[in-house]
Amino acid sequence: MEFFRPATLIDALALKSTHPTALCINGGTDVMVELNFDRKRPETLLDLSAISELSEWSDQGDSILLGAGVPYTRIYQELAKELPGLAMASRTVGSLQIRNKGGVGGNLGSASPAGDAHPPLLASGAAVNVASVNGTRAIDINEFFLGPKKNTMNPDEIITSVLIPKARGGQQYSKIGTRNAMVIAVCSFGIAIDAKNKSVGTGIGSAGPTPLRAHEAESYAATHLDWANGSAVTPEMMKEFGALVAAASRPIDDVRGTAAYRRHSLAVISGRCLKWAWTSTQDMRSK
Amino acid sequence: MSNSTLPTKQRDHIEAPVLGGLGESVARPDGTLKVTGDFAYSSDLWADGMLWASTLRSPHPHARIKSINIAPALKINGVSAVLTHDDVPGSKLFGLEIVDQPVLAFDTIKYHGEAIAIVAADHPETAKRAAQAIVVEYEILEPVVDADYAISGKAPIIHVGGNITRHVPIIFGPQNLKADVVVKGEYEVGMQDQAPLGPESGLAIPADDGGIDLYLSTQWLHVDRGQLATVLGLPPEKVRLTLAGVGGAFGAREDMSMQAHIALLAMRTGKPVKIVYSREESFFGHVHRHPGKLRYEHGVTKEGKLVYVKANIVLDGGAYASSSPAVCANAACFAVGPYEVESATIDAYVAYTNNPPCGAMRGFGAVQTGFAYESQMDKIAETLGMDPIELRLKNAMVRNSLMPTGQPVDSAAPVAEILEKLRDMPLPPLTTTTDGFDVIELPGGASNVTHGEGVRRGIGYAVGIKNIGFSEGFDDYSTAKVRLQIINGEPVVEVHTAAAEVGQGLVTLKGQIARTELGVQRVVIRVSDTQVGSAGSTSASRQSYVTGGAVMTACRAVRDEVLLYAMEKLGHLHPHLLHFRANYKMINGEIRDGEDHLVSSLADLVKDRVFECTREYRHRPTTPIDPITGQGLPHAQFAFAGHRAVVDVDIETGMVKVIEMATVQDVGKALNPQAVEGQIEGGTAQGLGLAILEEILVVNGKVKNPSFTDYLIPTVLDMPPVRSIILEYADEHAPYGLRGVGEAPTISSTPAVVAAIRQATGLALTRVPVRPEHITSTI
Amino acid sequence: MRLTCTVNGKVETIDDVWPGESLLYVLRERMGLPGAKNACEQGECGSCSVHLDGILVCACLVAAGQVEGAEIKTVEGLAGATDLHPVQQAYLDAGAVQCGFCTPGLIVATVDLLEKNADPSDSEIREALAGNLCRCTGYSKILDAVRLAAVRLEGAGKH
Ligand SMILES: Cc1cc2nc3c(=O)[nH]c(=O)nc-3n(C[C@H](O)[C@H](O)[C@H](O)COP(=O)(O)OP(=O)(O)OC[C@H]3O[C@@H](n4cnc5c(N)ncnc54)[C@H](O)[C@@H]3O)c2cc1C
Ligand code: FES
Ligand code: FES
Repeated sequence: MEFFRPATLIDALALKSTHPTALCINGGTDVMVELNFDRKRPETLLDLSAISELSEWSDQGDSILLGAGVPYTRIYQELAKELPGLAMASRTVGSLQIRNKGGVGGNLGSASPAGDAHPPLLASGAAVNVASVNGTRAIDINEFFLGPKKNTMNPDEIITSVLIPKARGGQQYSKIGTRNAMVIAVCSFGIAIDAKNKSVGTGIGSAGPTPLRAHEAESYAATHLDWANGSAVTPEMMKEFGALVAAASRPIDDVRGTAAYRRHSLAVISGRCLKWAWTSTQDMRSK
Repeated sequence: MSNSTLPTKQRDHIEAPVLGGLGESVARPDGTLKVTGDFAYSSDLWADGMLWASTLRSPHPHARIKSINIAPALKINGVSAVLTHDDVPGSKLFGLEIVDQPVLAFDTIKYHGEAIAIVAADHPETAKRAAQAIVVEYEILEPVVDADYAISGKAPIIHVGGNITRHVPIIFGPQNLKADVVVKGEYEVGMQDQAPLGPESGLAIPADDGGIDLYLSTQWLHVDRGQLATVLGLPPEKVRLTLAGVGGAFGAREDMSMQAHIALLAMRTGKPVKIVYSREESFFGHVHRHPGKLRYEHGVTKEGKLVYVKANIVLDGGAYASSSPAVCANAACFAVGPYEVESATIDAYVAYTNNPPCGAMRGFGAVQTGFAYESQMDKIAETLGMDPIELRLKNAMVRNSLMPTGQPVDSAAPVAEILEKLRDMPLPPLTTTTDGFDVIELPGGASNVTHGEGVRRGIGYAVGIKNIGFSEGFDDYSTAKVRLQIINGEPVVEVHTAAAEVGQGLVTLKGQIARTELGVQRVVIRVSDTQVGSAGSTSASRQSYVTGGAVMTACRAVRDEVLLYAMEKLGHLHPHLLHFRANYKMINGEIRDGEDHLVSSLADLVKDRVFECTREYRHRPTTPIDPITGQGLPHAQFAFAGHRAVVDVDIETGMVKVIEMATVQDVGKALNPQAVEGQIEGGTAQGLGLAILEEILVVNGKVKNPSFTDYLIPTVLDMPPVRSIILEYADEHAPYGLRGVGEAPTISSTPAVVAAIRQATGLALTRVPVRPEHITSTI
Repeated sequence: MRLTCTVNGKVETIDDVWPGESLLYVLRERMGLPGAKNACEQGECGSCSVHLDGILVCACLVAAGQVEGAEIKTVEGLAGATDLHPVQQAYLDAGAVQCGFCTPGLIVATVDLLEKNADPSDSEIREALAGNLCRCTGYSKILDAVRLAAVRLEGAGKH
C-alpha cells in the first residue's frame, strides 16, 4: 500500500489525478473501520489531514466557508452562533473521540444516509466545493447524494470545503437513537428557518436511500408560520408539518428500527423542531 | 512448569501488598498495574517466535459440510498450519455438562459462526486472509430457529436424543387449587450478551515434555484443563494453564472458546500461538444469555395472597448444551420469586435449536423468570387495585419460607425490609425543562429529541432471588495454598489458588483474609494457575464464599501449625500454649496471648521455616432435585436484592432516560464495602441494559448485530446514579457470614426499569428489551 | 514504510510499518505499549484512547501513516517516576477499577477532560466520557473518581 501525506491542496490534487483510485482519509473515523475490518484494501491512501487549508473555516459575510477537515468538536465550539443546526448535529456525532477527528468532508465522502451533517446542510442550502487538477466546482447539496453511500464526485476530485449560509432564523437538529449517546441515527431531522426570505429548509436523515428534503412540509411551514406577528406554532401545525415530513421519508426496516417507527418518530421530532426553531427565530428577532 | 520463561508481560504474582483487613474498603493489589497500563491481559502477551491464529466460521446456521479444501490457505506465504476436525487427536467434542460441541465442526454446522478450521501464521493479517482462503462446500439446510417449535415434536432433530436438552418440572403443594382472581401473562426475554470488554484471547506454548502451557482468560482453569486434556489426548498434568489478565467475564468465559484451537495449533507447529478475537468474533465465539418465552398464571385471593403459580418456561439453548441444563433448573427453581406460595406447578424446558448456543450469564436462569414473575406481580396488583409494594409485602418470603423445591430458606430472607427500604428512599426531583435546562438530562440526551414534550415520569419496583454456588448435589469446592515465611525480617504470606480473578476483586479479598487471619502486613497473591487444586468456576457469585472459605481454612491451618511450633519452641515459657491454642492470636506480625501479652514476634519464631498448608473448602452439600416433582435441597445459599427505578419516558418517541436506580441488597457481611458496591452498581447496569438496550438479533438463525455499533451496551449517559443500601444479615453457614453479591442485582434491575416504563406509558410491555417501537406501537 | 513519532516524550522510529495499520496496532504490537486496549477496533468503546498532538482520539481509528512526526501520549506516559498521576490515583481510591480493561482509555479521557474543564458538572463528565464503555462498574465509581481527581487537581493548583 502506498501512503501519501501531502501538505498542500495542490499536491493532493496532483496525487489524486495520478492516483484516481486512491482512498482519501481525513479524520479516518470511517476509513479506518473499513481498513481494520478488511472491508477495503485500497492500493493507495491519500491522507488529507496535514493540509492546513482544509482544517480552517472563514467568515464570508453571509456564509461560513467550512474546511472539509474541520472536526465536529470545533464546529460546535466555534460556530454554534452562525451555524446552530450543524453545531447541534455535530454535538450528536459519536463520542468526543470521534468528534475530535471526524468532520463534514468525511461525512459527505461517506455519504451515508445516516450522516448527521447532511440534514442541516440540506436545510440551510449549502454548497459542497470540490476541486481537481482541472479546477473547482460547487455542488448544490441537493444534487450531492445519489444513493446509499454514493455521491456525485468524480474519482479525481477532493472535497475542499462547504459553503453554508449563516442562520437567518432558528435552526434545530434532532436525532433518534436508542441510546442516550454514541448512536447512529435511526432517523433524524434538521430544520432551518429563514426569517429574511420567509422560507423554511429541511433535511431528513436515515429514512431513505439518501438524506432527503421534505419539500411539501417546507412550503406548508412557509405559508402557515405567522411571519408578521410571530405567534406560536400550534399543535395542529406541528402535527401537519410532521405528517408531511414523514410522508417525504422513504424508510426501510433494519436492525436499528422499523420503517413504521422511523416514520412515526420523524413526524414527532420534526414537529417539535419546527416549534423550537420558530421560538428561537422569535428570540433572535427580539434581540 | 516445564517452560522456564513466562511470556512477555505475564506475571506470576501480584507484588503490591494488600493493605487492610476484612470489612475495609481495601484498594485492589492489581490496581496500580491496571491504572498505569502495565497489567497484562491475555491479549497483551507475547512470546518469541510466536504465531497468530485465526478461525474460519460458518456463515450458515445449518448446513452439511460437503468438503473442506485447505490447500489455498496453506499456499499463502507465512502460514504454518491449517487444521480441521481431522487434526483433533483426542475427543472431537467438548462441553461443560453434555459433551456435544465439536472443537471444529464436522458433518453438520449447527449455528451461524460455528468454528470450522483454524490457521496459524506469522502475522494476524496473514492468518485472517488464510482463513478466508479456505474453501468449504456446504449443503444448506433449513435451520430450526424457534424453541417452541423445536420441542413440539414436529421439528427435525438437532441432536441424537431429541431437542429437549432438559425439562425440569416442579410440583409443589396441593395441585389444582382455585383462586378468587386469576392473572395470566406471557413474557419474552431477548438474547443478551455478556459483552465483556476484553476479547477472548490467549497464548499457547508447546513444552519440552510434550505437554503445553496456556496463558489465557477464563473463568475456570481446571475445567478448561480437563476439557483440553481430552481434546488433545494428553494427561491432565501435561496441560498447564495460567490465568492471564481477564477483561471481564459475566459467564462468557465459562465455556471454552479459543482454548483448544490455540493449543492444537501450538502442538502442531511447535511454536507459541496467540489469538485475539475481534469484537465480531467474540460475539460468535461465546455463549449468550438464553432467550425465553415464559407463560404464567397466578391465582390470588382478593386480599392479594398468592394461592398458586403455574409457569411454562421455554428457553432457547441454541445449537449446543453448554450449561443449559443448570440454567433450566435455575429458571424452574426461581420461577415464583422471593414469595411464599401454597402451590406451584412449573415446567421449564431448554431446547436445542440452530440459534447461537446459550449458557452462563450473570443471573443464570433467574433473570428470565425474574422479569416474568415481577411483571406478573405488577399485573396482579393492578388487577386488584393494590399498591405493588403492598402486594409484594403480603407475600414476601421470610426465614424458613419454603422454595417451590420444598427447600427451606434457612437463613435471612429480608424481602420485606428490602421493599420497605426501597419505598422509603427519597425520590429524585423531577427533571427541569424550564430556562437553562440541559438536553443531556432528558430522554435522548445530546440527540435533542425533547425539551420536555411527551416526557412522563415512571417509578417501578422489583425484588429478586438467586442461588449462590453450584447446585443440585454438585461437589462444589475450592482449594487454597497459603504459605507463611520471613522475608527480609518481615513475615510474608503468599496465597495461591486457581480461582479466576475477572475484575470482581477476589484478588483483594484473598489478601484481606490472609491479613486478618494471620496478622501480617505483607501478602503476596500468586497468579492463579493449575499448579494448585481446582477453585471451581468464577460464577454463581461463589468465589468469595468458596475460595474465600478455602483461603480462610488454609490460613487457619497455617496458624495452627505456627502455634504448634510455638508450643514446641516456647511452651516451656508459656504453659498455656499447651492447652489453649485457640486463646492465642496472630496480630501485627506477633503472637499474643489472651491477655494481649507478647508471646513472640513471628520473625523471631519462624526464622527460616516455611509454613505451608493447602486446604479445600466446600459449601454445605446440596441434593439433586427429583426429576418428576422437582423436590429436593438443591441450593447452598440464597441472595436477595431489590430495585426501584425512576425513569423519564418520552412517550411520543419512545426514548427512555433512566433517572435513578435505587437498590437494597443483603450481602451477609460486606467484606470489602467498596467492592460490594461496585458489584451492585455493575450488576444493576447490566440489568438496565437488558431492560432497554441489549439484544443479539437473530433472524432465521443469523446474527444481525455482532458489533458494538449495533449491540448497544449502556454508556455513562445511559446509566444513572445508583443509590444503594447494603444489609448485612450474616449467613451462619458461610465464611464470615458473607453472601455472594455479583448476580442478585442483575435480576431485579430489569423488571424494575420495565415497571417504571409501564407506569410512565400505561403499556403492558411484556418483552425485554423494550424498544422504542414497543412504546410507540410501531413494531 | 518507516515511521517516526514521539511517544510519551521519546522519539521512536519503526521500520516496515504497513501505513494502513492502526496507531493502536503500532503501539501494542510494534512498540510494546499495550496500555491502550483493543476491545472493538471501530471507535465504539474508547478503550484505545490516547492523546494525539494534544487531542483525545481512538488509536484504532488513526492510520499509522497519519502519525508521522506526531506526538502521542498513552496511559503509560502519565505516571511520574514515583507517583501516579492524580487521575490514576483517584481511579484507584474511588474503586473505579474492576477488570480494568476500560481503565487506561478512561484515564486518558479523564485527563483530557480535566485539562479542559477543571471543575466539570456531572453532566459534563458524562458527555465527555460517553465514548468510553465500561461493562463492569456501572460508571458510578468512575464518576466518583473524576470528581475526586478534579478536587485534588484543583487543590494542587495543577490547572
Ligand atoms: C464510533 C463511531 C461513531 C460514529 N458516529 C457517527 C454519528 O453519530 N454520526 C455520523 O454522522 N457519523 C458517525 N460516524 C461516522 C464518521 O465519524 C463520520 O462520517 C465522519 O464525519 C467521517 O469523517 P472523517 O474525517 O473521519 O472521514 P474519513 O474516515 O477520513 O473519510 C470518510 C470518507 O470520506 C472520504 N473523504 C474524506 N475526506 C474527503 C475529502 N476531503 N474529499 C473527498 N473525500 C473525502 C474518504 O475517502 C472516505 O470515503 C461514527 C464513526 C464511528 C467510528
Ligand atoms: S478499540 Fe478503539 S474504540 Fe474500541
Ligand atoms: S472495569 Fe471492566 S470494563 Fe470497566
